[in-house]
Amino acid sequence: MRSIYGVMAEFDNPTALVNAARAAREKGYRKLDAYSPFPIEELSDALHLHKNRLPLIVLAGGIVGGLAGYLMQYYVTVWDFPINIGGRPLHSWPAYIVITFEMTILLAAISAVMGLLALCGLPMLYHPAFNVPRFALASRNRFFLSIEATDPLFDARATSVFLETLGAKEVSEVAE
Amino acid sequence: MVDQQQAPKIIAPGYTFGTVTDQIATVVLTKKTSLFWLAGFGVGFSLLLLFLWSITVLLAKGVGVWGNRTPTMWGFDITNFVWWIGIGHAGTLISAILLLLNQRWRNSINRFAEAMTLFAVACAGMFPLLHLGRPWLFYWLFPYPNTMNVQPNFRSPLVWDVFAVSTYATVSLLFWYVGLMPDLATLRDRTRNPLARVIYGVMAMGWRGSARHWSVYETATLLLAGLATPLVLSVHTVVSFDFTIAIVPGWHSTFFPPYFVAGAIYSGFAMVLALAIPLRKAYGLQGLITDKHLDNCAKVMLATGLIVAYAYILETFTAWYSGNVYEQAAFWHRMTGPYASSYWLLVGCNIAAPQALWFKRVRGNAALLFCWSLVVLVGMWLERYVIIVSSLAQDYLPSSWGNFHPTRWDWGTYLGTIGMFLFLFFIFIRLLPVISIFEVRTLLPQAKVGEEAQR
Repeated sequence: MRSIYGVMAEFDNPTALVNAARAAREKGYRKLDAYSPFPIEELSDALHLHKNRLPLIVLAGGIVGGLAGYLMQYYVTVWDFPINIGGRPLHSWPAYIVITFEMTILLAAISAVMGLLALCGLPMLYHPAFNVPRFALASRNRFFLSIEATDPLFDARATSVFLETLGAKEVSEVAE
Repeated sequence: MVDQQQAPKIIAPGYTFGTVTDQIATVVLTKKTSLFWLAGFGVGFSLLLLFLWSITVLLAKGVGVWGNRTPTMWGFDITNFVWWIGIGHAGTLISAILLLLNQRWRNSINRFAEAMTLFAVACAGMFPLLHLGRPWLFYWLFPYPNTMNVQPNFRSPLVWDVFAVSTYATVSLLFWYVGLMPDLATLRDRTRNPLARVIYGVMAMGWRGSARHWSVYETATLLLAGLATPLVLSVHTVVSFDFTIAIVPGWHSTFFPPYFVAGAIYSGFAMVLALAIPLRKAYGLQGLITDKHLDNCAKVMLATGLIVAYAYILETFTAWYSGNVYEQAAFWHRMTGPYASSYWLLVGCNIAAPQALWFKRVRGNAALLFCWSLVVLVGMWLERYVIIVSSLAQDYLPSSWGNFHPTRWDWGTYLGTIGMFLFLFFIFIRLLPVISIFEVRTLLPQAKVGEEAQR
């Protein structure tokens, strides 16, 4: 038997997808993924996806940016290129606030985007899901649930039959 | 019983996920290029050539081709810079602040408003760069180890501006691109042209709408909105520091930051309306950018216009109440001196004209709103011109007074950036979805998950 990535069921509305995802999880499947043309909050609940590390990454980026911004100005105005302007102290911290703030935002935003890509594993050149011809509709108006072959409970026939009982419009095998 | 009037919807009834997708994607994927597009692009491209010509003259002869002479060392260039960057603010307000406030009507106007922000900031950036005189040395503005052993002065608001504007441009671009990814995937899956499929595919980075991705994506969008909100408020604040930290009468005022931010949002919403009204008409998008959207934008314009009106009154009052003869003289000159006509025209455009927006009949009429938004754009341009030029023209010593006379290259550069803006905007309309497709899908009633699934 040729190796397959998993099986995929197609639904035509978000409610059916959320119900199916929840049922599959209750049945014990864990290597699940759902695909939808827009974010569905209930789907994240059904698949237990609420925690991610992005806020932590952004916080770290912001702290690094703020420190870098402040220290850069401190280094330049106090050590590298000290100029006496109107007798003001070299370490004139109130004047540093703006650039420190901008650098905080800049690095936090860059780490938000980089973190998003990293946590999603993007850019991704190939994914087996695209082998299903109707999967192109996942970015239009169809909803998909896939169970991967690496799941311990996976059995090509039994899993397909199970997905059909959930009200899927169509169930297809996903080539590796 | 009285028939209760149905509240106007933010999306016309009868749409499905499929029809929404097709309608917005067709604007990009159709082989036919509409006459509207060709006309708009043609105007933009012609003015862009004027821009290139003006820059060529500027670089060949020097900044002296502009009308900037002592004492008005800032003229059209900085006026245009402040005007353009202010216009950009509405895009970020719509995409970030209205997202945090859960204003779902923003979903169908945020994409092109963000594009407007990016292009407006690009136009704004041209002016300080060209005003440098030797724009190819722009990197001297940033601190970097160099053999000249000099560094920027971090106590100067002009250096803050460099950081604020470049951060703003970068963050706006990132936010816009993140928002585009799911729609690029839609275009990749919908296009029949193999080259377009590769290009959209590369840009979509392999997005496949996985629930795991959406969950991180939603967090990322919220965090970016949270970061962009203080950023957008900071940018025009820092721009206003360019003026307030100087001691020129008419500039040296602590209340410039909120005054500038309100003015920025005011002119930005005017630009959003000026773009949305022809756009929805030309592409038949009235079902997605509804009269309700125009009404809401007009209300924001009215509210920020009132803040601006309050600022004008308070500014004048403060000048009088300060007892400072130079401040008083600056405002007296503004109202009666050589720039009086500009001043009263801006009062007419920014304070008097928008009062018409109190009336539902005006807010409900797209053609009228379009004219009104142009009036406000002109008014806001005049506001910056009057603040900058009239304050510099007549400051402390009457012996050093002098007026600003714009040259044709001032006008050429200004009209040129309008051309650059239109050029970029029309290219955007043709190549990328002007309305965020996936966010509009979430507005449909079908997008609600049924009760039985909400355990």
